[in-house]
Amino acid sequence: MADGSGPALPPASFSGMGVGGFQPKATSRWRRIDHMWLLLLGAVALVVLLYVGSPQRFAPIFRFIWGSFAGGDGIFMTLKLTIISFAFILIVGMVMGVFRVTNVAILQWISSLYVEIVRGVPVLVWILWIYFGLPGLLQIQIPDFTAAVVAFTFAYGAYMTEIFRAGIQSIAKGQMEAARSLGMTYIEAMRYIILPQAVRVILPPVSNEFVTLLKDSSLVSILGLADLTRRGREWVGRTFASFDTYAAVALTYLILTLLFTRLSTALERRLAVEKR
Amino acid sequence: MAENIIEIRDVHKWFGRVHALNGVNLDIRRGEVVVIIGPSGSGKSTLLRCINHLETVSSGHILVDGVDLTAKTTNINAVRAEIGMVFQQFNLFPHLSVLENICLAQRVVRKRDSATAEKKAYELLERVGIPEKAHAFPGQLSGGQQQRVAIARALAMDPKIMLFDEPTSALDPEMIKEVLDVMLDLAQTGMTMACVTHEMGFARAAARRIVFMDAGQIIEDTTPAELFTAPKNERTKQFLSKILQH
Repeated sequence: MADGSGPALPPASFSGMGVGGFQPKATSRWRRIDHMWLLLLGAVALVVLLYVGSPQRFAPIFRFIWGSFAGGDGIFMTLKLTIISFAFILIVGMVMGVFRVTNVAILQWISSLYVEIVRGVPVLVWILWIYFGLPGLLQIQIPDFTAAVVAFTFAYGAYMTEIFRAGIQSIAKGQMEAARSLGMTYIEAMRYIILPQAVRVILPPVSNEFVTLLKDSSLVSILGLADLTRRGREWVGRTFASFDTYAAVALTYLILTLLFTRLSTALERRLAVEKR
Repeated sequence: MAENIIEIRDVHKWFGRVHALNGVNLDIRRGEVVVIIGPSGSGKSTLLRCINHLETVSSGHILVDGVDLTAKTTNINAVRAEIGMVFQQFNLFPHLSVLENICLAQRVVRKRDSATAEKKAYELLERVGIPEKAHAFPGQLSGGQQQRVAIARALAMDPKIMLFDEPTSALDPEMIKEVLDVMLDLAQTGMTMACVTHEMGFARAAARRIVFMDAGQIIEDTTPAELFTAPKNERTKQFLSKILQH
């Protein structure tokens, strides 16, 4: 990096963020991104076509499974569950990931144990066990939404721990040494130097986890939470229109995941420009 | 105020079964420029890293400005803030601009406000000769420029002593001079400096003392003039004949 970086200077005008990226290389990147946006647009167009084109057959299905913001069901339940769980997952992943790389043996041990145990059990089993099993043991009532968030945080936090660990370890050792040599504490060095760099590195796997969680949130339909999948099952129960209904459910998930993938790619690009 | 800013007393360092430092004693006075030379693996970098506690010593004592680094009660972060360190690989923070690289620790560690920190940063960038790069990112700079920023970053903390760990070894030849010029300038301002380097020209021009290390021990501790003209030890002679040949 030291020697090679000299001649490879970007143009002088390229000092800030943003503009200036319209070089030949960027053009081909734009074209590729257009294709991905086209896929999303295609899926949206298909839904519009089905909705508008067959008001009797598809429109009622979509209206029912999407639910309403006021009712907090359908898409809104799926998104609420995913986003709230993901916020906790990020916190757990970051804390446990830092535990894993400290030289405090007990913290390392806690983190490793957590990861190994959680990874060995399916997410669905954690959900069932926390919702149906824990109340009996603790003699308390756990609301279904809370149980779902706890289960996802617990289960996905372990994978997120590994992602954070890998990201932190990918930052050169000299960065921590430079920060410490300036008098920063370990925590200050983590906060200002290591984690901001690690976060950029782990953005692709983190957004991948988000999309996976979005899909896995359908598991909560067995708790009776009225998410997208549960609403689909209820509609099938009333109408027996299995093919149409699950097609609508699948299309809706597809649009959501494509949308979030696009957003995370855009975010990655922005951060990459800033970092350089 | 003690005359010696650094006192190293019978320091041993083991890396597993490797005896990296084998009973090192060294005093560095205020304002003194000491150059440490020696073959690779002789322990010179390890010694430097022990002085700001990036490595912990296995036994012995290191006192920085009267504070014993090996004492359990010592606040190592406070000591480190008084010691500037310049690394072979620069170790600038790539996600921060040059200005932020120099200001961050001033704000976080020294608790200076942004205006004060930035004023200091611009002064130092002026001093190391690249004020126009304040808003560039490290990846946009040449190796020599990066190392000068690294020196400015360390100086921004107003350290009592500066440690240089082979500061020019990762640089292209044409960039070595610009870094050495900054170091020479610094030496003339009376900064206490301990430099591990192979730049004999710098040693001759700036150093009051030159220390030769081999196999984890200090073999010779003398003036540059004496070392280059009349080395006493056989190993010193061998080493010098190898590096001064070309």
